[in-house]
Amino acid sequence: MTQPQTEQSSTQTPSTEPVIVARDVEKWYDNGFHVLKGVSMTVYKGEVLVVMGPSGSGKSTFIRTFNALEPYQKGSIEVDGITISHDLKNIEAIRQEVGMVFQQFNLFPHLTVLQNVTLAPIWVRRWPKSKAQEVAMQLLERVGILEQAHKFPGQLSGGQQQRVAIARSLAMQPKVMLFDEPTSALDPEMVREVLDVMRGLAKSGMTMVCVTHEVGFAREVADRVVLMDGGCLIEQNTPQAFFNQPREERTKQFLSQIL
Amino acid sequence: MTTVTPDSLSSTRPEVVGLSPWAWAKKNLFSDWFNSLLTVVLVTILGWLIFRLANWALTTAQWQVIPNNVGLFMTGTYPSSLYARVWALLAMICLLAGLSWGVLSRNLSTLFSRNVLIGIGAICAFIVLFPPTRPSSLKLLPMVAMVAGMAAIGRQAGRQRPGIGKWVSLLWFLSYFVALWLIGGGLGLTPVSTNDWGGLMLTLLAAVSGIALCFPLGLMLALGRRSALPVVRWLSTAYIEVVRGVPLVAFLFMGQVLIPLFLPAGTRPDRILRAIIALALFSAAYLAENVRAGLQAVPRGQREAAMSLGLNTPTTLGLIILPQALKIAIPAIVGQFISLFQDTTLLAIVGLAELLGIGRSILANPSYLGRYAEVYLFLGVIYWFFCYAMSLASRKIEDKLNTDER
Repeated sequence: MTQPQTEQSSTQTPSTEPVIVARDVEKWYDNGFHVLKGVSMTVYKGEVLVVMGPSGSGKSTFIRTFNALEPYQKGSIEVDGITISHDLKNIEAIRQEVGMVFQQFNLFPHLTVLQNVTLAPIWVRRWPKSKAQEVAMQLLERVGILEQAHKFPGQLSGGQQQRVAIARSLAMQPKVMLFDEPTSALDPEMVREVLDVMRGLAKSGMTMVCVTHEVGFAREVADRVVLMDGGCLIEQNTPQAFFNQPREERTKQFLSQIL
Repeated sequence: MTTVTPDSLSSTRPEVVGLSPWAWAKKNLFSDWFNSLLTVVLVTILGWLIFRLANWALTTAQWQVIPNNVGLFMTGTYPSSLYARVWALLAMICLLAGLSWGVLSRNLSTLFSRNVLIGIGAICAFIVLFPPTRPSSLKLLPMVAMVAGMAAIGRQAGRQRPGIGKWVSLLWFLSYFVALWLIGGGLGLTPVSTNDWGGLMLTLLAAVSGIALCFPLGLMLALGRRSALPVVRWLSTAYIEVVRGVPLVAFLFMGQVLIPLFLPAGTRPDRILRAIIALALFSAAYLAENVRAGLQAVPRGQREAAMSLGLNTPTTLGLIILPQALKIAIPAIVGQFISLFQDTTLLAIVGLAELLGIGRSILANPSYLGRYAEVYLFLGVIYWFFCYAMSLASRKIEDKLNTDER
């Protein structure tokens, strides 16, 4: 089988400046389950990192530690030079720099699309309303939802809602975006529109960490693909190598199941 | 071969054909022998009951007890020389109600639609024809006119300045204190002892004060019960469980006896105030559980999304969680308000002359001996009117807040 030998990584070459540095992160759930068993990973500026793995492998939990949605018990995580601590101010400061897109969109159903996008800039960044709205409209145009700005999330399709969720995160002008299975809850015909937005975002040089099962997206957009299983990081590789000549036996087994 | 495309299908929805009354009755009432039997039996029982009630109301019942005591029913033993102040209070409420109505319906194309005009006409006819209100129709009819006039003004103002809503809320808030001043006197008005406050006026005052006090309290208890701080959580839970385990009557008596014990000697809060505080403290425990149910119904992802945007805990709570939780809890919260309104009848037990208490003291008057049915039916209709109004309002609010499909 021949693979098209096009340039696989995005147009910008990732720098060597780290945005997220995770060292030996260990986490136990309250019921005693050891979900992360010492995971270390570095995300560089401008890089698109795809995290794959079977369900229950701890990949979602891992990226949710990057913005302290999940606490961890051992190891350290540094985001944009700040180490995550238990201090609330420190956590809030980090969350302002880390955008997150959820599997279930989690738009605020009682606010319009525009209000969803302007909420955080107004209340957290303290931008004047007019500036927040101007930026929000630009972002909504970028994700193709401009006409729906004054509708409520419940009136939009799943794909549209997820695009609004991306715009809402971008409105905070984060240094890095986390995607937690952004297309898993979508109907098949809507997956593409969301992936297109993510492709555009990658091209613009945004640092992205995506947990996804979309192999096509990983091949085309990722700079690096990571496999997690059983709370451990199994393999990190370039997309070509990961999908064509994986080093680890576990990776081959995983790929044989999804390809 | 023909292919069917969506366009080639007829695009109009098939018309729903209405049934003729005869066909409707046949379909819904007489579809088989059992349903026919049920219909006949129930219609007979219902008809007999209505006939007996109407027969009693029109021939046997002696209704003079109501019009003869309108003053007592409405305001208790409030001095009749100061009734002008009560009328002023009513006028203020009518002005504000009209204004709010106008501002709320600023986006409607016509304020006085056919149904609204019919409603206003019906109210005017009622005022003129209903014996208890007939003597005051020269004061009540202008009130109706004021409501309508203020509605027109409010609509105009609401269109020109959409932000006017919060000023109307502020006016309502201030009107509460103006009402207390008008009823109680002071600051240039002849003081009226709270012993003379009574009737429907006292019932409404107690209900409004109780609701206004118990809502913030219940909200804090609900949040306290879900707090991450163990002490706050235990205290809130303990308060809720203790209060829910005590009957309201016991609570009211304790309020009368215990509240003065906690205050410095010599300061003895008024009986009415003590009763209202007891009522609010009691309802807050139930309200807290209603709000907590709402809080639990908000998906966890909402909090996570808000936090991931960098919102702090108070902002997340105030802008994301509470608006959704309260919206979910509206039916339960209004249910609690309605039950608080009805619980004001228990104030009669601690010696306050609220509407039901006044009714009982009128029945104790030898000239109205045995007029139980007339008086209690009249009171029942008044209580029903206010409770139904609250329930209608809650449905309106629910519709307004429904953002799912629009």
